[in-house]
Amino acid sequence: MVAQAAREIRDGERVFVGMRLPLIAFVVAKRTHAPGAVGLFELGIVRDEPASELLYTMGDNPNVAGAVWCARTIDLMGMLQRGDVHAGFIGGAEIDVHGNLNTTAIGADRAHPAVQLPGSGGGGDIASLAQRLIVIMPHDRRRLREKVDFVTSPGYGTDGDWRRRMGLPRGGPSVLITTLGVFRFVDGSAVLVSRHPGVSVERIRDETGWPLAVAPELGETEPPSAAVLRIIREYDPEGFWTRRAE
Amino acid sequence: MREAVGRLVRDGASIALGCALEPAIPFAFAHEVIRQRRQDLHLIGPISDIAFDQLIGAGCVGRISAAWVGNVSAGLAHAYRRAMEEGMPRRVEVRDHSNFTIAQALLAGAVGAPYLPTRTLLGSDIPRANTTFREATDPFSGDRILLVPAIVPDVTVIAVQRADEDGNAHLWGPWGVSQEAALAAKSVIVIADELVDRATIASDPNRTVVPGTKVTAVVHEPGACHPSPLQGRYRRDHEFFHEYHRATRSVEGFETWIGEWVMGVADRSAYLAKLGPRWTELKDTGRPAAEARF
Repeated sequence: MVAQAAREIRDGERVFVGMRLPLIAFVVAKRTHAPGAVGLFELGIVRDEPASELLYTMGDNPNVAGAVWCARTIDLMGMLQRGDVHAGFIGGAEIDVHGNLNTTAIGADRAHPAVQLPGSGGGGDIASLAQRLIVIMPHDRRRLREKVDFVTSPGYGTDGDWRRRMGLPRGGPSVLITTLGVFRFVDGSAVLVSRHPGVSVERIRDETGWPLAVAPELGETEPPSAAVLRIIREYDPEGFWTRRAE
Repeated sequence: MREAVGRLVRDGASIALGCALEPAIPFAFAHEVIRQRRQDLHLIGPISDIAFDQLIGAGCVGRISAAWVGNVSAGLAHAYRRAMEEGMPRRVEVRDHSNFTIAQALLAGAVGAPYLPTRTLLGSDIPRANTTFREATDPFSGDRILLVPAIVPDVTVIAVQRADEDGNAHLWGPWGVSQEAALAAKSVIVIADELVDRATIASDPNRTVVPGTKVTAVVHEPGACHPSPLQGRYRRDHEFFHEYHRATRSVEGFETWIGEWVMGVADRSAYLAKLGPRWTELKDTGRPAAEARF
């Protein structure tokens, strides 16, 4: 997942880096094909070099040391709203076939949730305003649902024209990377475009809560190179973030 | 700290804290609020990283306006979950925000504007759940927009590396929503890791996050942010967050944890003494900035 997520970052782009696995995807991209990428962190940090050691949060001291700008959340979110941010990363508890994400609560009644989740953080903003959204999720039938209980971070709503009707200025999910495969969005709906090595389409279908659409030219996800694995393992030697998903 | 909380934090007050997001969270303030058993507080902030969870679990909170309540490196916040899912120890009203809208609400408060218009969250369920927002039509372009009403906290608490006795406060590292929250508030408590003379502040006024003229109280409290980090002073104590996560899965576990780390210590210096060598190992001297001549 991390290696595939890193591939989504293009050289020279401004990237809104989220919590957890995206922190590592940014490091991998910077040290491989995208040395010119710039990382924006919503608490108010801009970096053109990855932090020197593993980050548990984006506010850890090593992420501040060597930054090129320490600023305010409103400055970074303002750049995002202006359209200055090429790509943003988020994950979520639940996603639906249109790429809408729920990180707020499971259950129909917001005031009395079955499971209270942490909330939007900056996720709703990144999903609303980045030029391209990269979504990373563990693949599980309870997470990839036909309809989510609460739309925290808007994807394509109900169809490919929905964002325009809602007034969202741009963007939408460009890719959903899971522990089993990779989806792209066609007319606002997720289509499986590659399966990870050793994973069958049948297994993905079983683990997906919506009727699975499969691209005619379904591929196999390129495994991470030895160099990329080395970068990930050097950066996260104990596998704090990556032991469940590389 | 005891005096500042006693004098400035009333039951029912709205309080912004954790305004720099993951770093510089004033845990020492939150713990003193719990010791003084304040009730019905309205917590305001972007993410809080377990400070809100502790206040919620201790029964101090009636309402939350926040973008995220959890444990950043460990996962969900157990006390917040119990409050929302089971009403334990009491029900809490939530006004969902994103990090952008909480920043905009505080910026509106800081500049005396009634609201700020935005394009974020359009079409999401957040404006439906948080009925303080209004959807509107931009009178200039005709576009759909969202109006985020100003938030004016009764009290904003800002933890900083250094301040003078008037409250002129230097904060370095990311500011998050610290400045907007301080400028928006009716009163501001500055918690300084180090108390310095006015000349030190005035030697580098660009580093001032809030001027003393906006500050109501200054508390000199070294180590006030542990387990969160303070740039150039001490590092984040990751394992402390993870221990809290494991320890507070049950109500009994939460009570035991609060008993040990909050009710069982008189003040911050006793808390740091209890941490012992663990605290001294977190010390981070950072690196010096290049000189800027004024």
